[in-house]
Amino acid sequence: MKILVTDGHGVEHEVEATDGWTVMEMIRDAGLPIKAECGGSCVCATCHVLVDPDWFDKLPEKGEEEIDMLDLALEVFDNSRLSCQIEFEPSMDGLKVTLAPDAIM
Amino acid sequence: MSDTTHQTDVIIVGAGPVGLFAVFELGLLGLKSHLVDILDRVGGQCAELYPEKPIYDIPGIPVCTGQELTDQLMAQIAPFGPQFHLSEMAEELTKLDNGHWRLKTDVGTVLEAPVLVIAAGGGSFVPKKPHLPGIEDFEDGSVFYAVRQMEKFRDRDVLVAGGGDSALDWFIALQPIAKSIALVHHRDGFRAAPHSVEAMREIVATGKGQLHIAQMKGIEGDAPNLTGVQLESKETGAFTHACDMLLPFYGLTMKLGPVAEFGINLEQNLIPVDTEKFETNVPGIFAIGDINTYPGKLKLILSGFHEAALMSQAAFRLARPGERLRFQYTTSSSALQKKLGVR
Repeated sequence: MKILVTDGHGVEHEVEATDGWTVMEMIRDAGLPIKAECGGSCVCATCHVLVDPDWFDKLPEKGEEEIDMLDLALEVFDNSRLSCQIEFEPSMDGLKVTLAPDAIM
Repeated sequence: MSDTTHQTDVIIVGAGPVGLFAVFELGLLGLKSHLVDILDRVGGQCAELYPEKPIYDIPGIPVCTGQELTDQLMAQIAPFGPQFHLSEMAEELTKLDNGHWRLKTDVGTVLEAPVLVIAAGGGSFVPKKPHLPGIEDFEDGSVFYAVRQMEKFRDRDVLVAGGGDSALDWFIALQPIAKSIALVHHRDGFRAAPHSVEAMREIVATGKGQLHIAQMKGIEGDAPNLTGVQLESKETGAFTHACDMLLPFYGLTMKLGPVAEFGINLEQNLIPVDTEKFETNVPGIFAIGDINTYPGKLKLILSGFHEAALMSQAAFRLARPGERLRFQYTTSSSALQKKLGVR
């Protein structure tokens, strides 16, 4: 299983996906330059990603905490998510996300 | 500005949990510490990011919040009388002829000591800056990330950006003195405290202030003087909001900052250290906690505590050359118990 992550230069990376890991953890583990400053506690908004529109509605909805914390992201779009709050499951195989500028180291 | 020079045994950059615990370990060995932190309170990430979130992996403490851990560490180190220099950024480091370090902060405080410990975590907390082309040229002229003097905003057209407590608090506080006030936020929902949201809505409902549900797209004006901010909303498309002051409040992010200029080796913004003393490539400068790296490093508070203990042994040898280091346990040593004020 894999996810596809586009970095700040527009380059797409294939990242190995693991059931139960968060998307942030997989991106970080792959060595891509994601800030994720708070380490996944949903308190900093620096793991902000833009989810491919075709995938957005297939993901579990944002929780209250994530909606609140997105207020600290610099530019929020309809497809904005915090990648530490997306827990991967096999149905997400092939998920496409792009690192938002405020998430890039 | 302060022109006093403080002499101490150890200067600690960063007053997060690891910097605080270092005071304890150094204190047991009779060493005094001064701490510098850019935040206005102690606790580092624990106090700034997760004061109310639970931590479950502190040995012997099944659960505590970031703030509780900070409070307990402050109680634990109180007997050693640490000196804090808060809301100050460690800016300039020089080596003196006697081999000691002189650290100057951005407000002019000068600290001198034989040992420098960097416990700066992910770096300095600095405001997140909106990605608007050319915004840097307006900073401190008409774009501010904090309000130091409210008078600066009197009779000005102020735009506040964000949806958290800082944004709403300043929208409410500046409304009576500003010529005009407006708030821009990406959604019609706010993470700020409910009573602040209510007060903001009252101001908007009575026409004393404006609320734009929109994105900021650009700034207009002749730097550093702002004339307007370009906004884009789903309903009305792109438009310019006329204003001469912009206050973005999007929380904080971490940047390594001036530590990068201290002449210490860096590896991807981390400081490589040995695992015997947690010393950097520069003798007399140590790095502990999240900011250091070594084979097997884990960014855990408990690892930082261990690093602080070993660093302290080496710091003693530098600060007290010629003296013998007596290794003792707090349980049995009356000398240590005296230092702790329990005997």
